[in-house]
Amino acid sequence: MTEYSAIEMMICVAARELENGSTVGVGTGAPCAAAMLAQKTTAKDLSILFEAGGISPQLPEMPISVGDSRTFYKAAMAGSMGDTMEACSRGFVDYTFLGGAQIDKYGNLNSTIIGKEHRHPKVRLPGSGGANDFASFCWRTMIMTVQDKRRFVEKLDFMTTPGWINGDDSREKSGLPLNTGPYKIITNLALMDFEPKSKRMRVISIHPGYTFNDVQDNCGFELLCAETAEKTHPPSMGELKILREEVDPYRYVIGR
Amino acid sequence: MNVLEQGHGKLFMDPDPDNAREFFRKKKRKMDNKVMDLKTAVEKFVNDGDYLAIGGFGANRTPVSACHEIVRQGRKNMGFAGHTSTHDMEILSAGKVYNRIDVAYVVGLEARGLSTCSRQYLESGHVEITEWSNYSLTARLKAAAMGVPYIPVRNLMGTDTLKYSAAKIADCPFTGKKLTLMPALYPDIAIIHVHEADIYGNARFKGIAVSDIDLANAAKRVIITTERLISHDEITRDPSSTRIPYYVVDAVCEEPFGAYPGTMPYEYFSDEEHLKEWLEVEKDSEKFQVFLKKNIYDCKDHEEYISRNGGAKKRRELRAKEMLL
Repeated sequence: MTEYSAIEMMICVAARELENGSTVGVGTGAPCAAAMLAQKTTAKDLSILFEAGGISPQLPEMPISVGDSRTFYKAAMAGSMGDTMEACSRGFVDYTFLGGAQIDKYGNLNSTIIGKEHRHPKVRLPGSGGANDFASFCWRTMIMTVQDKRRFVEKLDFMTTPGWINGDDSREKSGLPLNTGPYKIITNLALMDFEPKSKRMRVISIHPGYTFNDVQDNCGFELLCAETAEKTHPPSMGELKILREEVDPYRYVIGR
Repeated sequence: MNVLEQGHGKLFMDPDPDNAREFFRKKKRKMDNKVMDLKTAVEKFVNDGDYLAIGGFGANRTPVSACHEIVRQGRKNMGFAGHTSTHDMEILSAGKVYNRIDVAYVVGLEARGLSTCSRQYLESGHVEITEWSNYSLTARLKAAAMGVPYIPVRNLMGTDTLKYSAAKIADCPFTGKKLTLMPALYPDIAIIHVHEADIYGNARFKGIAVSDIDLANAAKRVIITTERLISHDEITRDPSSTRIPYYVVDAVCEEPFGAYPGTMPYEYFSDEEHLKEWLEVEKDSEKFQVFLKKNIYDCKDHEEYISRNGGAKKRRELRAKEMLL
């Protein structure tokens, strides 16, 4: 059997979710690796958009910043933040990939503070960046994160970025663009979606070597489990070869 | 328009377009020679207490030399637009230059990690913080550039980011949908680094614009730092390349490698080793003070800073890296 790491598994699972011919707004790191892997495997015509204005580049290597020169290398356009975010706001962007320090059962994210007091937090984090914008505007939000009880919490310290907010129809009622919202969560243990009515996080596929109990034990809230939950296909030799040799040869992401 | 909800964050700047118009009415329209050295430009146009916005994107086409000069001159009590501010914020935090900040992206240096210095400064309680997102600040600058008090957008709704912002949610008079109203942001001073500018301030840059065109138009005063001065004839031969027009600009400073240690597209890539050194040395406050003395306070200008960190050899390496050689 092929050896692979947790992050390689996550990147391969994420890449498989991206449809050919679609558009995706990404940041640096694992999401960008997933989009690049998708372009080299199942979604040759996937267009990548970066929030600083890079539109559909042919990434020569992993960018360090979402605004560095790689993000518009051989691009269709070196635009502006308005160009990218307004394309999202108009409904042109199908997917986005986000992460965060905390996530709750409705896929809401915190990347602002750890601690209860905004003025005196335990830890100050970067804030929204483009996350709130992408999650508000893109059709389908995907979240890639390592899973543990510290990250998967019953209540966020701060809701930076909207998921399904309080579940049911609360997102729609909030006024955010219709028919947008969290779509899939990709962790080191499982693939999740959201139960359509309650909008609660639901396990739909468990990665090899783990059980539902493992997934639940590493989560601070009660997870739903789809009746049809299956085993995730491990990364193939082909996916791993491209990921290691072409996408991230310097191991910026997969070496972490 | 019926306001349904509003953030209780502080609105640091007046969004009234008529007040801004009165300021712009008095601004000189004449094509004057605005070339001066950076020290003079910062002395003349960057004041204690002003609200500052930095162009570029964190460590990409950022006027780093100007950030150093602001710290060297000891500016204090400034407002700051944290619009994907990464290395620029790290420098300004080291000098404790600002005491209020509009946050979109702060503290981090993206994939490189978090800045201890910026983080601790924001955690200290000495800085007033209003939360936004990147596009929120883009929209606020766009509103100011349009000369209107706000523009409606569709983000922030349902989140704590809205609660800690100074945005308002209102019903749309046409569709009945909820809209987030982003108040215009007219910074007192914007500093933008470009590839080429003439002596009047007509400026060109290559690659992504981020929000710099709106920023230049929204700001009351603008300092352009440029890799190269070019002739006015060259500008007029190709006016479609001008991204920032002369009349918004107050000072033009020729600062080759002015974005170092950040990236300048098509010119040089970021000095990752040196940026890592910053992040590392910040963890020890004594070592950090020695580092700042060496790299900012004891340098007379950016040229000296670069020469202390590899000089011509480093420049060649970073140029080669940018060209993917």
